[in-house]
Amino acid sequence: MSHIALPDPDRRIIARRDQIIADLGRLIGADQVIADEDGRRAYETDALTAYRRMPLAVVLPTSTEQVAAILRYCGEAGIKVVPRGAGTSLCGGALPAEDAVVVCISKMNRVLEIDYSARTARVQTGITNLAISEAVGKSGYFYAPDPSSQLACTLAGNLAMNSGGAHCLKYGVTTNNVMGVKMVLISGEVIEVGGAHLDAEGYDLLGLIVGSEGQFGIITEATVRIIHAAEGARPMLIGFSNSEDAGRCVSAIIGSGIIPVAIEFMDKPAIEVCESFAKAGYPLDVGALLIVEVEGSEEEIQDLLTQISEMAKPFEPRKIIISDGPVQSAKIWKGRKSAFGAIGRISDYYCMDGTIPLSRLPEVLTSISEICARHRLKVANIFHAGDGNLHPLILYEANDPEQSERAELAGAEILKLCVDVGGCLTGEHGVGIEKRDLMRVQFSDADLALQMRIKTAFDPGWLLNPAKVFPLDGREPAAAAE
Amino acid sequence: MKEALRPATDWELASMVQNFAARNQPVEVVGNGTKSNVGRPMQTAATVSTQSMRTITLYEPTELVMSAQTGTPLSLIEAELAARGQMLAFEPIDLGPATGGRVGQQTIGGVFASNLSGPRRVVTGAARDHLIGIKGVSGRAEMFKSGGRVMKNVTGYDLARGLSGSWGTLGILTEVTFKVLPWPEAAATLIYRGLTDDLAAELMCAAMGTPFEVSAAAHLSEGLTQRVEVGTLASIGSGLTAIRIENFVKSVLYRKDALRTLLKVYGEPIELDYESTLKFWSDLRRLSVVCDKESALWRISTSPVNGAKLVAAIRKHMTAEAYYDWSGGLIWLEVPATADAGASDIRRAVAVHGGHATLIRADRAIRGAVEVFQPQTPVLDRITRDIKTAFDPQGILNPGRMYAGI
Repeated sequence: MSHIALPDPDRRIIARRDQIIADLGRLIGADQVIADEDGRRAYETDALTAYRRMPLAVVLPTSTEQVAAILRYCGEAGIKVVPRGAGTSLCGGALPAEDAVVVCISKMNRVLEIDYSARTARVQTGITNLAISEAVGKSGYFYAPDPSSQLACTLAGNLAMNSGGAHCLKYGVTTNNVMGVKMVLISGEVIEVGGAHLDAEGYDLLGLIVGSEGQFGIITEATVRIIHAAEGARPMLIGFSNSEDAGRCVSAIIGSGIIPVAIEFMDKPAIEVCESFAKAGYPLDVGALLIVEVEGSEEEIQDLLTQISEMAKPFEPRKIIISDGPVQSAKIWKGRKSAFGAIGRISDYYCMDGTIPLSRLPEVLTSISEICARHRLKVANIFHAGDGNLHPLILYEANDPEQSERAELAGAEILKLCVDVGGCLTGEHGVGIEKRDLMRVQFSDADLALQMRIKTAFDPGWLLNPAKVFPLDGREPAAAAE
Repeated sequence: MKEALRPATDWELASMVQNFAARNQPVEVVGNGTKSNVGRPMQTAATVSTQSMRTITLYEPTELVMSAQTGTPLSLIEAELAARGQMLAFEPIDLGPATGGRVGQQTIGGVFASNLSGPRRVVTGAARDHLIGIKGVSGRAEMFKSGGRVMKNVTGYDLARGLSGSWGTLGILTEVTFKVLPWPEAAATLIYRGLTDDLAAELMCAAMGTPFEVSAAAHLSEGLTQRVEVGTLASIGSGLTAIRIENFVKSVLYRKDALRTLLKVYGEPIELDYESTLKFWSDLRRLSVVCDKESALWRISTSPVNGAKLVAAIRKHMTAEAYYDWSGGLIWLEVPATADAGASDIRRAVAVHGGHATLIRADRAIRGAVEVFQPQTPVLDRITRDIKTAFDPQGILNPGRMYAGI
């Protein structure tokens, strides 16, 4: 996996490396600058591990002022900057470059203020996603977006990618749960957008900033919405003989007026791998299964799960398991939550992230099987069915360059398929370098030009997170020097 | 309103914009024009309206998604949704009656271009949170799109949100795709009486901080309560504080009682049944309690814990009737229509307590003389101008409607 082109590093910047490192040390303290090769190696990739680049240097700022000093210096000196949280990006969003300084925000991880009356938390963005929920959990609150990597990933990365998660069917994704940010521009200027109040004044800059993949600035603080947890939550598991029935059942549930907190779909290969790993009690004689979770009081939960069981009946479920308590709930979720790890134990995999209209699920799954069979690869499908976000996991041997290339080709075909049926290239992982060259599948040149002009409004020299999101050819003149 | 051009397709619209651009001619962008009296006054020789683009192009109830051309009347969309037991969860505000326009006439394009959301916004998000895809024509006469018809989409920058609330100054939207939600099976409202603004805010925040999914929390000052046209509420002789619960029938019964118990220190509430609940909140959506044309109307967004303090600070300088929504974080404030509509005192109070204020109703002359939208810091102003230039370099679309020169 390595056919995505990365620009040649700027020799003039690399020649100035020693000076740049000395300057950065003077600005924020030499102990916060990582310059040695071993130290930098820890930052050479993210969760798209097929791509690696040694950064020029890594800095670990501890305050907004330090981030501002670094960006002002890099901006004036024309040095590229790669923002980084925990480095969990699946699309190469945090991939460094040899001529770029990595600004890693992970030391800025404090909770600054919690206001339960206003239901907001103000935090530094190097905090992990889960740590926000943990900080407010004792009072019965939580932060809603829950990407699978929530134990490790930072809020900064979530903001950059507008991350989702299994529970966003009911609670929305990052952009729906953030109210304000403090962001440092490449000029070193610090802006505050939004805050403890709802809705923007003027243009919705916050809406533009969230999901801009670290290309507009570095967000150092954010005010997020926290929500009081429901009295309880419980899942049920429904097994069907095929994916079509499972898909139709999802439509029936949503069409009935019930919005579960989560509806997760797994196909047969995914079920088999997960069950052999997690021993979650998943039925092995089914073609697809759904995990449906609802919230409320004990009585409300019982009522909703019973209704959903009734709705499933016309689709001839092979198996229905309604959780009878916390132990069984954990067991039902265990298989799903360990899916990526379980599949990772039997094979390397390439995780795709397209979104499709739910009604097209059966034909899309058939086509995905055909695509992978044509490339002589196996695939398992995991799907946030409620919101159409599909994660085909293409299994391949990473040490085999030829297989890697086939996996990448199959992946690109799958994403084009998602766009063709009315969906999109990426539902929650982001574009990064991975899908950069596919952007024209979804967008016209005029669409991309407009997006690039907005990038220029925030970062006129195109120094922030270079070589990502947009195809390298046909960029704005301002970016031509990149 | 001047005679408007009414393109029937996005192609036709693009060629019209091309002509305006070629002649460097500013143009007013409208749907049905229900918000023509809002914003800074503009000097435009021509008007372009989306009125002739009025088709619902996609509706998939089981995927909770609808697409419509932007000239489609909101009333048509809401009727279509209601027929399938669904709704726009953010309860779009109708500015018509409060600003001298007609009631119930706005287009879906106007809903997203103004991003003005009603009571349920506090839990379900604003109009902008429900917008998942857009098509439009920029001031460069280029057709563009962003987002799509699927709920989760992070492909490219989020222009759909970027254009929400831009009041037609960046592009002319031709089609919007948005998330819809099921109508709740049942609803009830608890009305508490005689609370000061402070206590009302405390009650609203307490109600929102429960597991019972309160779907709206509003407070009306005494003067505004007298304008409520639901049952005998107008004559209760004090302000009122309203808490809405929506869900399945059994859940509403259970949650309503749980809330009554939790909130009993605030007194015994009056209970509104389903029909009265619908009327009470839909009247608020139409701003029926702040329609006194003799007064100026502001919309202030702040933290719910600061709303009452902010209003108290303003009341030191002028009389003010307040409709608090969103748990106290949104304030529709009626003040005397003085020469600056109270702008300098209101802006000072907002600066102290945080948030932003927009002058919604005032004479044209006043709207020309004071800042209508919240003034921005120099850096944000620069970014705003650069974004305007990215979409509309000649400044021909609704020029000056939000800020001078934008």
